[in-house]
Amino acid sequence: MADTVVATPQDTAKPRRKAVSEKVFGWLLVGPAMLFIAVIVAWPLAETIRLSFMEAGLGGEEYVGLANYQDLVESRKFHQTIVRTFYWMFLSVALKLILGLIGAALLNAAVPGRALFRVLVMPPWIIPMAIGMIGWLWLYNGYFGVLSGTMMKLGITDGPFEFLAYKQSAFYSAVVADVWVGTPMVTLFFLAAMQGVSRDLYEAAWVDGASRWYRFRRITIPQIMPVIVSMSLLSAIFTFNSFEIIWILTEGGPRGATTTLIVDTYKTAISNFKFGEGSARAVIIVILLGIFSILYLQVLKLVNRKYGTK
Amino acid sequence: MMDRYTKLQTLGIYAAITVFLIFMLLPFFEMFMASLRPLDHLFRSPYQFWSEDFSFQAYSDMWDTVPLLGRYIFNSVFIAFAVTLLTMIFVVPAAYAYARLEFPFKNGSLAIFLGVNMFTGAVLLIPLYRVLRTMGLLNTYWAMIVPGVAFLIPTGIWLLRSYLEKIPRELEEAAFVDGASRMYTLRRVVLPLAVPGLIVVSTAVFIGAYAQQFLFAITFNQQRELQPLPAGLFEFIGYQDVTWNQMMAAALVGVLPVMVIFLFLQKYLVAGLTAGAVKE
Repeated sequence: MADTVVATPQDTAKPRRKAVSEKVFGWLLVGPAMLFIAVIVAWPLAETIRLSFMEAGLGGEEYVGLANYQDLVESRKFHQTIVRTFYWMFLSVALKLILGLIGAALLNAAVPGRALFRVLVMPPWIIPMAIGMIGWLWLYNGYFGVLSGTMMKLGITDGPFEFLAYKQSAFYSAVVADVWVGTPMVTLFFLAAMQGVSRDLYEAAWVDGASRWYRFRRITIPQIMPVIVSMSLLSAIFTFNSFEIIWILTEGGPRGATTTLIVDTYKTAISNFKFGEGSARAVIIVILLGIFSILYLQVLKLVNRKYGTK
Repeated sequence: MMDRYTKLQTLGIYAAITVFLIFMLLPFFEMFMASLRPLDHLFRSPYQFWSEDFSFQAYSDMWDTVPLLGRYIFNSVFIAFAVTLLTMIFVVPAAYAYARLEFPFKNGSLAIFLGVNMFTGAVLLIPLYRVLRTMGLLNTYWAMIVPGVAFLIPTGIWLLRSYLEKIPRELEEAAFVDGASRMYTLRRVVLPLAVPGLIVVSTAVFIGAYAQQFLFAITFNQQRELQPLPAGLFEFIGYQDVTWNQMMAAALVGVLPVMVIFLFLQKYLVAGLTAGAVKE
């Protein structure tokens, strides 16, 4: 290479000296954050793994080997919870992505007032989830919620309909509330990505007589593909972890209809003081999320290579 | 010309946006309507969309029902600010190191940070409770601040790193040539250039800190005066009759300060968040 030809001994010596101090300096900068995470996250994680092999409660701890895990493997209820969690996740993420894509396309349209619309989309995302859920609790109430009220006025139902009282309706009501929380972020990421697409592409297609729909399908979607992929995996993780939404709306009920893995873990460990069994569930969650994270990074790499982003 | 819509198309776009916004804002609208409703309306049948005796009474009564309400609103904002500040103190040096320096175990440690990003505190509550108890932090502000910071550090590093990578290296190298130390360069050259990025990341961290208070507050803090708004609001349920109308009024008034802050920062946020998420 041309560089090596002109390099003098002095030039090569300098970077090496710099590299030594760089190592130390790098760790000095990263160290505090690492230490913090180690104490507050890594250590509790290790403790969770240890507890998962224990029969543990308020009374004390006793080593039971793999018994907690064996119980889970054999429990039909736990299998149902896993299936429910994934159903919850796929349904909710799919809706968030579809709504996010439609929302972003709408907010990207060159119509007057769009700056205002963009601001109005954000509130569900920026307010504390617990507060948003108070609003949904009310909406879903059969006696004083506007949804049930409207249904009665329109004659769809005779009396008050409690959305959260029946297994099916409670599950889908929780999905809707979760979609409500997650959609603004997805929308804004998609919107920002759409605005990053070069106008030249659209103009070239427009000159060739391509319709709007064609341009959206053949230019917008492929161009923002990396963002779609990263958002879908990120929101999958958020949705999987979604706890407060379900907890405030239904506490996992009625009769377990909205109990996802995370709610199950919380119920077992915190509500019923079965620390060991709860920890075994937590470990399974961590393993599942670990697989997700690896998948996330791999797919992101692949997509970025294919679509050549930066 | 390409962007021009026919009248019908424009109408369609507005109609669709309206439907979309109704979904996004319906709970807020419902909360507002509920706050106007006198309590004895709750079980009135048939359902009434509007009635003559709707009033703003709840907005003044709520301060008497839950005397600590003002304190809760303050706590919420205070905790979120404290979490943001602390998080940034840890994030800025680390993000700089990941963006610029080569050091042993760099990729491995970054992967660990990302791993933390993937799960929430909800699975670690018991051991976390014990850690906080050992450190004597239970029932203090710290009980809510410390876990908040831990779970936001990874996000912060991830977002800020990609920002710092965009600052041209030449400027730092020029400072080095002039004999500036690494610390000096970081403080005087890099940080001033990174201000827009810092705003974006701080705002994102703030949103996270503000949104995630509930779980840590109900688990690690029993001290009523220290509760943040999301936890404190549930006090309206604790009394003989649930004063729903006041609870709704309190929720709306409580999030107002942050909404206003956010209104000023939203422009930076949208532009900046994308930069962090797309880059590998």
